[in-house]
Amino acid sequence: MALLEIKDLGISFGGLKAVDDFNVEIEKGELYGLIGPNGAGKTTVFNLLTGVYKPDSGTIKLDGRDITGLKTAYVSKCGIARTFQNIRLFKKLSVLDNVKVGLHNRFEYSTATGILRLPKYYRTESEMDDEAFELLKVFGLDGYASHLAQNLPYGKQRKLEIARALATKPILLLLDEPAAGMNPNETVELMETIRFVREQFDMTILLIEHDMRLVSGICEKLTVMNFGQVLTFGNTDEVLNDPQVITAYLGE
Amino acid sequence: MKKFIAAYRNRFSKTTRQNTLTFGMVIFAYLFVEAVLRTGNMSSLLQGLLVPLCIYAILAVSLNLTVGILGELSLGHAGFMCVGAFTGSFFSVCTAGTMPNLLRFIIALLIGTLSAAFFGFIIGIPVLRLQGDYLAIVTLAFGEIIKNLVNVLYIGRDESGFHFSLKDTMSLNMNGGEVIVNGPQGISGTPKDSNFTIGIILLIITLIIVLNLIHSRTGRAVMAIRDNRIAAESVGINITKYKLLAFSISAGLAGLAGVIYAHNLATLTALPKNFGYNMSIIILVFVVLGGIGNIRGSVIAAVVLTLLPELLRGLNDYRMLIYSIVLIVMMLINWSPKLVMYKEVLLNKIPFIAKRRKEEE
Repeated sequence: MALLEIKDLGISFGGLKAVDDFNVEIEKGELYGLIGPNGAGKTTVFNLLTGVYKPDSGTIKLDGRDITGLKTAYVSKCGIARTFQNIRLFKKLSVLDNVKVGLHNRFEYSTATGILRLPKYYRTESEMDDEAFELLKVFGLDGYASHLAQNLPYGKQRKLEIARALATKPILLLLDEPAAGMNPNETVELMETIRFVREQFDMTILLIEHDMRLVSGICEKLTVMNFGQVLTFGNTDEVLNDPQVITAYLGE
Repeated sequence: MKKFIAAYRNRFSKTTRQNTLTFGMVIFAYLFVEAVLRTGNMSSLLQGLLVPLCIYAILAVSLNLTVGILGELSLGHAGFMCVGAFTGSFFSVCTAGTMPNLLRFIIALLIGTLSAAFFGFIIGIPVLRLQGDYLAIVTLAFGEIIKNLVNVLYIGRDESGFHFSLKDTMSLNMNGGEVIVNGPQGISGTPKDSNFTIGIILLIITLIIVLNLIHSRTGRAVMAIRDNRIAAESVGINITKYKLLAFSISAGLAGLAGVIYAHNLATLTALPKNFGYNMSIIILVFVVLGGIGNIRGSVIAAVVLTLLPELLRGLNDYRMLIYSIVLIVMMLINWSPKLVMYKEVLLNKIPFIAKRRKEEE
């Protein structure tokens, strides 16, 4: 059984069918790419997956469990974590605290425990610190732990966003244009990071990307969208040589 | 063990040091004032200001929790203070003489705090689900409504129990007994339990609650919501729950200040002067000038801006002029990017601060 199964997913805004009859199956451990021209509905699919929008039709199954239309916070608890096209960090919090917010649902103590500083507070906080530092180390950010997130350079902010997403211990990671705004060197570094994350955490990854070098470099399978619908899908090499895809991107 | 302690110091030193500084400042101010009081060097005018200073500081800290940490605007903090003042005072008048003073005052504090928090909760349920400035609008209305409501509230007590009316004392239909809440005349005869020491103790308790809250799992979640609601939701944080929690605590602490206020006066009335719109704005001024999100700054701003008009009394007509100039200067120092940068440069020239900052890098 596939880890993520989307069937006949659709949503329309007013008269516009932003996503229509969208199907995809992702197996555990795959690195799957979702590509398509601007406005094809890729990010809308992500928003439907994470409960930002409620679909008009279709079902989403994660690991056999129906998560269609659940609220964002519950979707996160079910095991989907995401990053955003335009970076969304907690700017005024330190790098360490950003990751600790990601750990929020995995290490619990009550508000009263926090205010009264009971022993459980110190115990849990130090466990959270250890866990967060470990994640930061993986991304080479441990030296920046006390910096404010907004003071990090762009590439490191991207990495921090991935670290924060991983802190929720997801079974599926969604990356929305991770290479947007990066120079070629940073993109190469990012490709290595994504590969590394997949091996280190045994992660299934679905990513949206425009950078074809990144897509052909790391994705095993692709789904191409155009005008809200699936244009074609399959192995990366085949898809990228498909005349339909070339037409969609470059025109006749 | 040694390694653990070193790691602990490394990670927590900055917040711990900041908190110690805040508490140290309050305690030092207390000792200083007590010393001046004991030696009889304080004018009665200033003595009368001591408890209000604590009240304003608590209000400023509690509003900063809403404005700075939660990132929502509340324009009706005086309303929550009013709720706390009247419920606490009502309890005290009802039970005066039936239990030890201190115990009664503590229960009154709890009742005032909880009822204000309850009102905060009720207001928050519909409003905090929305995004935008709705909280400011609703709290603004709440502050005005609660004040007017209290002004037409009549509660009396006789042998057969409590009587309640929104019309006048006659319609209470009492035989004998006493009127406790008497409409526009408010509650009279509240025991005078507040004093400077109690005010300072409650200020410290408020600071402990707020500072510990900020540096805990809950506070992080609240600040995450402030910084980026969508991202906070995407990591599984229940937005409404944490917004409600923070706002209720903030309202409750305003209620606490209200109870102290009520127990500092012989007669408690809901006037525009003490619980009106102006009061809410004054508290907001403390928060903005002390620095949004800066708890220590709120305390300092509350103290300075309350003392200033009194200290300038000698200048008669010019005192509000100077007050407004001070407001403008404080605003510039805290918010103008160039001056903030210049302040940093100056601070870095002080050897031990520069050294510490380097270590933290």
